[in-house]
Amino acid sequence: MSQPAPKTPWWNDRANRAILYQVAVVGLVVLAGWYLISNTLANLAARNIATGFGFLVREAGFAIGESPIAFDPADSYAKAILVGLLNTIVVAVLGVILSTLIGTIVGVARLSGNWLVSRLATVYVETMRNIPVLLQLLFWYALITEGLPEPGDAFKPIEGVFLSNRGLKFPTPDWSGLEWLVLAALALGVILAFLLSRWARLRQAATGQTFPSIRIGLALTLALPLLCWLLIGAPTAFDRPQLDGFDFSGGHSVSPEFVALLTGLTLYTASFIAEIVRSGILAVAPGQTEAALALGLKRGQVLRLVVMPQALRVIIPPLTSQYLNLTKNSSLAVAIGYPDLVSVSNTTINQTGQAIEGVAILMAVYLIVSLAISAFMNWYDKKTALVGR
Amino acid sequence: MSDQSSHNPKTASEIASHVEEPSQAELHTHRRNAFAGLGWARDNLFSNIPNTILTVLSVALLVWAAPPLLDWMLLKATFLNEDPAACREAGGACWSFVTVKHRFILFGLYPYDEHWRPLLAMALFIAALAISCDSRFWNMRIVYVWGLVLPVCGILMWGGWLGLTFVPNDKWGGLPLTLILATLGIVLAFPLAVLLALGRRSDMPAIRAICVGYIETVRGVPLVSVLFMASIMFPLFLPEGLTIDKLLRAQLGIMLFTAAYLAEAVRGGLQALPKGQYEAADALGLGYWQKTRLIILPQALRLVIPPIVNQFISCFKDTSLVIIIGLYDLLTTAKTALADPSWRAFYVESYVFAAFIYFLFCYFMSRYSQYLERRLNAGLRR
Amino acid sequence: MKRLSLWAILAAVTSVGLAAPAFAGTTFDAVKARGSLNCGVHTGLAGFGAPDDKGEWAGLDVDVCRAVASAMFGDAKKVKYVPLTTQQRFTALQSGEIDMLSRNTTVTSQRDTELGMNFGPFNFYDGQGFLISKKLAKVKSAKDLKGATICVLPGTTTELNLTDYFRANKMNFKPVVIEKQDELAAAFFAGRCDAITSDSSQLASIRSAQAPKPEDYILLPELISKEPFAPAVRHGDDQWFDLVKWSVYAMMEAEEKGVTSANIDSLKGGSDPTIKRLLGETPGLGKALGVNEDWAYQIVKQVGNYGESFDRNVGANSKLKLPRGLNALWNQGGLMYAPPVR
Repeated sequence: MSQPAPKTPWWNDRANRAILYQVAVVGLVVLAGWYLISNTLANLAARNIATGFGFLVREAGFAIGESPIAFDPADSYAKAILVGLLNTIVVAVLGVILSTLIGTIVGVARLSGNWLVSRLATVYVETMRNIPVLLQLLFWYALITEGLPEPGDAFKPIEGVFLSNRGLKFPTPDWSGLEWLVLAALALGVILAFLLSRWARLRQAATGQTFPSIRIGLALTLALPLLCWLLIGAPTAFDRPQLDGFDFSGGHSVSPEFVALLTGLTLYTASFIAEIVRSGILAVAPGQTEAALALGLKRGQVLRLVVMPQALRVIIPPLTSQYLNLTKNSSLAVAIGYPDLVSVSNTTINQTGQAIEGVAILMAVYLIVSLAISAFMNWYDKKTALVGR
Repeated sequence: MSDQSSHNPKTASEIASHVEEPSQAELHTHRRNAFAGLGWARDNLFSNIPNTILTVLSVALLVWAAPPLLDWMLLKATFLNEDPAACREAGGACWSFVTVKHRFILFGLYPYDEHWRPLLAMALFIAALAISCDSRFWNMRIVYVWGLVLPVCGILMWGGWLGLTFVPNDKWGGLPLTLILATLGIVLAFPLAVLLALGRRSDMPAIRAICVGYIETVRGVPLVSVLFMASIMFPLFLPEGLTIDKLLRAQLGIMLFTAAYLAEAVRGGLQALPKGQYEAADALGLGYWQKTRLIILPQALRLVIPPIVNQFISCFKDTSLVIIIGLYDLLTTAKTALADPSWRAFYVESYVFAAFIYFLFCYFMSRYSQYLERRLNAGLRR
Repeated sequence: MKRLSLWAILAAVTSVGLAAPAFAGTTFDAVKARGSLNCGVHTGLAGFGAPDDKGEWAGLDVDVCRAVASAMFGDAKKVKYVPLTTQQRFTALQSGEIDMLSRNTTVTSQRDTELGMNFGPFNFYDGQGFLISKKLAKVKSAKDLKGATICVLPGTTTELNLTDYFRANKMNFKPVVIEKQDELAAAFFAGRCDAITSDSSQLASIRSAQAPKPEDYILLPELISKEPFAPAVRHGDDQWFDLVKWSVYAMMEAEEKGVTSANIDSLKGGSDPTIKRLLGETPGLGKALGVNEDWAYQIVKQVGNYGESFDRNVGANSKLKLPRGLNALWNQGGLMYAPPVR
């Protein structure tokens, strides 16, 4: 656009002006940042408040109710925060999986020809998404702690499984330290099945021949661990939960706080995912289904090969933000006592008085987790995007 | 909703199509059979075996869940008896908790004898909100309406004029506070959001980087941590001798948070504009700000009204998080009402009451945004 | 245009929200100039600091705020209450948002030094105990709680004491931490935990107010910690610190001398020199503190003496019905001991 007319002063030149604008804006931002930081430092100095991250290596001195890794009150604050992060990740990963499952089912149910089913699904969606999730969490927690019996009168739905207000207890295999072999075999089976399906797709693209990759993959996934289990002598020993003093010992336990948080987050997020799935499916033109049927594809194939790949492209971007929301909403765990990242940071801030450092760590960690999720979903989005055109 | 649509057949059928079934074709089958009782049931409930199984399961679910719920909510509930002991005996829901505490839950710490003021302010506010929903007011008239309503609300809430006693804003609470936080959160965030969205689409790398950095950082952290920062760290940011009000701090936190999300919505609108609009504006020789103000924004903002309404809904729900920084919003007052020892046991009633209020607002707003979306889409298709 | 209006809005909003200098100069002068006291209190703890149905603040800690306002302005109502969560309380004081913190805060050396606070007189002595259900017949002492699930408020000294106690006795436990006291207690009575631990005054109030059947629950004999509560101010303003300190002491002194809000007017013109000083009839004390000579009279007249405040908020005349115990005056077997007001 810039006209080389000799009378244009240099500041009216477009390129120069852009640089001028940018320098001005960056300067303003830097100035504002410097102003805030210098104020903060002056304030801290004026009030003799200790700063720095030195507190992280000090002994935490408080216990954490549940943790994927061993934690002792004598461990450091840094480790306590790590435990909080792991707890957040556990709940976020399970929440994402479950809410996707429930959301998809409800989303499809809303499109169902069955009047009652679609109506129930609508009621579910409208109720869940119009009530603040914090309120829902408080509700579920109250329901679980009030509604279930004490450990002495625990429900026993299956032998060895106990459901009480102390949470869900279930037996874990106790195969003289060889459980990992079976798990490894399972992992191997999943990887092999995945590779197989890729190969099948490539072969189909090249030669047009189909291959029953799903059935064979499933068989592989199941057969390998089974074989492995037989190899180590088909052990049947279980570490069963047993009532011992105040509570059950042995087996594995899931706390009520975890269940309430997971239930609340999952049901809330699922209502949003249901709407996303519904609009995704509606976005696929009906002609696509008709054309696919006319080509002689079966109903299931139509859904899997024609509708879903197209619907996914509409679904994935909003789905990503729902996954991010779920992860961020897990910070509300603090209200019902699940020791997530916020809860532990909160306690740390409170015990040490290092508010700025605590909040900074909190924000940085969430930012990293969110960026990781975004990156993964962007990669997946690219993968499912239309090629060419 | 039905009142609004009755004089507009097109809209009415659109709303109906949403309420009943998502697809127009299904709607017609549905209508045709609606009065043929049995035939309808056969078509919609028992058309094939899987469908029948689903119906039976759904009915079983209703039979299992509905009677105990009804029992608790209505049949065994206590409504007016102001004695907590009577509630314990009855064994059902204790709605008398709400009878006794509703004024505190709705208005929080606002002086008891002056409750009519926030009530009136809220009524005006909601009326103004309702008027804003009518697209006939989407011109200068809406500015006049709000220009009149907001000062009146302010006078009513603060007082100190016309014989009203002064009520400082740290005494505000309950539903008015929730409404204020959510509305001002959106309104104040809006100019910042527009600037951020324009900045993100700017061709100046430094400005783009700052905007992208801000938007993605804020969207990457939970509101809880932003509120924490607002409540704990804002006072330390300011030079000695200056403090900001607690309410304003939360409001700023919510605004900064909302701005990032709103900016993405606005960016969506900017991107949706046909490229020709930009090119035509350039061809007319308009400068950047002229082009943006006269051509781009008026069109783009119209497109993003539904996402803005949606953002308002989530902002409205998110204000419940100010509980963690000790502001007396609706959820906090619902909880604080439980601090009274004699009523502590009835927290479910308290939450249900608060949930009901949140639901009412969110449900109607989301209905409205869906209606808008369809209308705008229809407009575009035409 | 957009830019201009944005700045206009921001400027307008900011000018409304930015308060007058909070501590340009000293806190004392700032409070005096402002004409009201910013007092940090609990967001809602019955007996110590909670708004009632009509939104009026009441409680033992709230009375300390009212006493200081009475001394400073002769009007107990000139207080702006700032409800604070456990996280916010210390930064709110450090940042100058509040002039004093009166929010059942336990005095510890770390808070006194590292967090830059000065603590006034102890206005409540407490100790941490355990409340259990009588159904746990085998548990006679806290030492029997090995392996128990215990409900505790997070981020408090209570949580640390609990951990210390179990570590010292080489026992393990599972903590259940919930931020809100009401929900924590609800979880305990629902059977989520075997025991709930808190300050024993809290446990008593929880039991009497929230238990379905209070007689089904007992307090274990051990008190595992000392929990002395006191109001706090920032380091660096001794005059302000003095005023807070002596406002509390005046309430105790009044109780010791039998001066109450009801009889204080009839005691005017008496001969007891101590009472004359308290009533401001012997001048000097007020001037030294930088307030009116009738400062202590106003405190007792408007707020009452310590005993009245105790009875009204947590004692015999309240819903909590706590015994005086350690909080009785020193000459009645308690620890409340005010230095001479002279």
